[in-house]
Amino acid sequence: MTKNEFLEELKKRFQDLPPEEREERIAFYGEMIDDRMEEGLSEAEAVAAVAPMDEREEPEDAEPLTAAKHGRTWKPWQLLCLILGSPIWLSLLIATAAVIFSLIVSVWAIFVALIGTCVGSTVSGIAYAVSGYGLPGTAMIAAGLICGGLSIFTLYGCKAVTKGTWFLSRKLFTGKGNG
Amino acid sequence: MDGQLKRGLLDVCVLAAIKNGESYGYQIIKDMKPYMVLSESTLYTVLKRLESADMLTVRTAEHGGRLRKYYRITEMGLQRIRDFREEWAQILAIYQFVISRGDENDQK
Repeated sequence: MTKNEFLEELKKRFQDLPPEEREERIAFYGEMIDDRMEEGLSEAEAVAAVAPMDEREEPEDAEPLTAAKHGRTWKPWQLLCLILGSPIWLSLLIATAAVIFSLIVSVWAIFVALIGTCVGSTVSGIAYAVSGYGLPGTAMIAAGLICGGLSIFTLYGCKAVTKGTWFLSRKLFTGKGNG
Repeated sequence: MDGQLKRGLLDVCVLAAIKNGESYGYQIIKDMKPYMVLSESTLYTVLKRLESADMLTVRTAEHGGRLRKYYRITEMGLQRIRDFREEWAQILAIYQFVISRGDENDQK
């Protein structure tokens, strides 16, 4: 069996796992095969040294990890604290979500405004120029093009802010930053 | 062997394997081979558990044109080894007590 065939089999085997964990596990096995090949084993030998998963798989070790990642058991006193503290944490949560949302909307509003100015200014400039007001028309077209250029830069900024905010929010609320 | 005891032993063994310097998956398996056969799936699980418990840190580095993960023990990991050494003295004392009582066949 080749390394790729083995890793494909692993993909099927781990299909019930979340994509992030599945990829990480497969990369781990891939690294193990590469290390054995680096030591002088052939691809088939390296795969065979790693391959007998069925006999060596130890679910008792795997279970706690998966359970810890995807589920949480709340104790009664924790639930009570959660309910009693809800007026505080819930309002804070809503406020935080509102701040995050308004930040994203504000940033994108700049982009939309620049695009609007670009279009408006360019169209007006053309109209002015056609009407015989050459100098102000050209100035307006130039201003429109500058706004258009700025909007391209702002688009990158908006995407970065949205991505960064999403990343930080995920990290804050779930403890996981990527994915 | 009791599952919890086995997990505890595996954790400490892996920590001991990286105690004197960072190491990578296959090297850990090789270092532990004279003492126990560790499967890749078990090692993966143990490493993830130790990482979640902040007992080791992971970094990915380029090696021979590919990526390899390196594991380094943290202060919490070192503390776990120290705790294990203390606990083990107690376990050995209990073991000695159990052994000193003889097994059930001795009473027949």
